[in-house]
Amino acid sequence: MNNLTLEGSAKTPTISFDTNGKLELKGRSIPENSVEFYKQLNDWIDAYSNVPATSTIVDVKLEYFNTSSSKCILDLFKKLELLHRTGRETVINWYYESDDEDMQEAGLDYKAILTIPFELVEVEEI
Amino acid sequence: MELDKVFQLFKFMEQENILLSFKGVVTSDLLTSVLQIVESKLNYMEEEKRIKKRVFHVLIECIQNLYHHAEDTENIAMLVISKEKSNFIIKTGNYIDVERSKSLSLKLDKINKLDKDGLKQFYLESLSDGNLSQKGTAGLGFIDIARKSGNKLNYEFIPMNEKYHFFSLEIKI
Repeated sequence: MNNLTLEGSAKTPTISFDTNGKLELKGRSIPENSVEFYKQLNDWIDAYSNVPATSTIVDVKLEYFNTSSSKCILDLFKKLELLHRTGRETVINWYYESDDEDMQEAGLDYKAILTIPFELVEVEEI
Repeated sequence: MELDKVFQLFKFMEQENILLSFKGVVTSDLLTSVLQIVESKLNYMEEEKRIKKRVFHVLIECIQNLYHHAEDTENIAMLVISKEKSNFIIKTGNYIDVERSKSLSLKLDKINKLDKDGLKQFYLESLSDGNLSQKGTAGLGFIDIARKSGNKLNYEFIPMNEKYHFFSLEIKI
């Protein structure tokens, strides 16, 4: 299978999903309807889950995301949770800038719902 | 509009400290432009980055609400962003189906009764149980707005005819 690479836009994040197990979402996720955008990500993860790398590390470095995306992001995380349940090492790293308590809180929201290893990573600048 | 009203309007916008106002059809492109304008205006303001981000975040939800839910035939809505003392104020106005106004009113009343922890709980429940609508809306918008705002959501419905009410909303950040 191929890597999934999408350049970011004013409303969608930069995506770099590598079959070697390094997955990254970066930027803004604020489309009016996120379903279409996230479908391709979910499809990729479904295919990847059949032939996963030994360890999967997902770096989420979002500046903004809207509530339409928040549901899609949860669905994506749930797919990763399934992968984790099959015994494959899978970790989600949720990045937030040190002065951005809202993005930290958003990470804590997901952490509260999910059972997959979920790390909050504080950085100076994303 | 008569020519002498231009100055009156200018004065009014200045008094009210209006950063941006808009009335018209809400399209996806317009939404992108409004966000760009407001973001660049915010960048020039001497405010904490945290506050600017919050204003921008709430604005995204507000105008996407308008985009999805302005329910007259032409998707017309109004948006005003202003600064009053230390607060940013976002006001929106749009026509809404009479039936939907009832459920919206119940939802907003419920949200306004909740404190910070209650809102978090409501958000988490809606996030994990809910499904996305055809439009890609998650039913989380107003909960999220209330969480980010930290203030009650002021709203009113003005009856227009048997089909529509006019829905006004004020959010203080």
